[in-house]
Amino acid sequence: MSDPSPPSDDVLTVEGLQPTGSGRVLILGCGALAREILTLTRAFDHIDLQCLPAILHNHPEKIVPAVRKAVAESDGYDDIFLAYADCGTGGGLKRAADELGLKMMPGPHCYAFFEGTEGFVARSEEEFTAFYLTDFLVRQFDAFVWRPLGLDRHPELRDAYFGNYEKLVYQAQTEDAALTAKAEESAQKLGLAFERRFTGFGDLEDEIKSLKNASQQTDN
Amino acid sequence: MSDEAEDDLILSELDDEELVQQMHDDLYDGLKDEIFEATNILLERKWEPYNILTIALVGGMKIVGEDFRDGILFVPEVLMAAEAMKTGMRILKPLLAETGAPTIGRMVIGTVKGDIHDIGQNLVTMMMEGAGFEIMNIGINNPVENYVEALKEFDADILGMSALLTTTMPYMKVVIDTMKDMGIRDDYIILVGGAPLNEEFGKAIGADAYCRDAAVAVDTAKEFMTRKHNQMAAG
Repeated sequence: MSDPSPPSDDVLTVEGLQPTGSGRVLILGCGALAREILTLTRAFDHIDLQCLPAILHNHPEKIVPAVRKAVAESDGYDDIFLAYADCGTGGGLKRAADELGLKMMPGPHCYAFFEGTEGFVARSEEEFTAFYLTDFLVRQFDAFVWRPLGLDRHPELRDAYFGNYEKLVYQAQTEDAALTAKAEESAQKLGLAFERRFTGFGDLEDEIKSLKNASQQTDN
Repeated sequence: MSDEAEDDLILSELDDEELVQQMHDDLYDGLKDEIFEATNILLERKWEPYNILTIALVGGMKIVGEDFRDGILFVPEVLMAAEAMKTGMRILKPLLAETGAPTIGRMVIGTVKGDIHDIGQNLVTMMMEGAGFEIMNIGINNPVENYVEALKEFDADILGMSALLTTTMPYMKVVIDTMKDMGIRDDYIILVGGAPLNEEFGKAIGADAYCRDAAVAVDTAKEFMTRKHNQMAAG
């Protein structure tokens, strides 16, 4: 990609990322994945990236219409891949993807595919009292958790929201001591035990590799 | 509705109508101490506990509910209002039991297996109690056995199931199908709710109704109880 530098996290949260317009394959994804996808697609000029505002994570009912609109407005790509899991759409995004003939990430959330969807889903029966944060969500904890839940204004509501959770699991995509410290601080603020789990890019890396391979095979 | 001039307001100096209006405002603003004080003032003025509950507290929460539905208030403000209402409810509940306030129906409510998000069902519990229902709230993460046992033990009319996650909401169908297999499905009114649900889902799994919020749950439960009583009277 010509310019792999992502905009700031605040911009990714509210505005997302516009595509460059170059490349034959468009990855249309969540702004919370922009940095990871840009890292994985670096040096692949045939892949372009467009991200919708990451804050849609907090409003899953808006994801399908936003994806449909972006796909309708996209122009000149041979293929589009949705870098979204179900993300709380209750199967709505999969139905839209099938209708539009697009592939997407499997599983319920990015938490699942970062950890490996199969293992995550199997573990979820035992681990449903865990609250997950990724690198992006740790950096944007205030914008995605603290402020939307009104905890900045009413910290006494913390236990109403988190009283049934037991631990915060930080799924680390990168080795970053400062981010780990911030994740641990977030766990303390929520009154939860802390666990750090290094995941790397998980299934996202495999999907993007297969996307690269598929487009390379087309070239041949 | 907050106003600095209200800081000097002496609740006991307001007449009944003004005090009820002030309680509605204080509920809206989530002011626990004020609701506690005003509830006691109305009791001292010999108001019936049932009237305080329905006119002052439930009346105030209805406004909160409507503004939540219209996107004027959000979850944190609704929770603060609910906390304020609870302080009034705590005073009134034992008195309501003593005075034999009317019971409209009995409901078991709980979140489904794998789901720990109980904010919605706790609001429903509070509003249903305020409307005259007796509620057995069985908490979070309930397998079908818990529901069935509680329905029997509590002699319930209504089953309420709640889920916040798209991954857990399909379990509602497991509960309903199990009740069908046991031949007890039609003994209960089944209401479902939770952020990712909709009417279509409620119908698809065989529930009697989907309730999008606590106020709708109250209205729907009342309607079904009226129908049930009419059927019993006719039969």
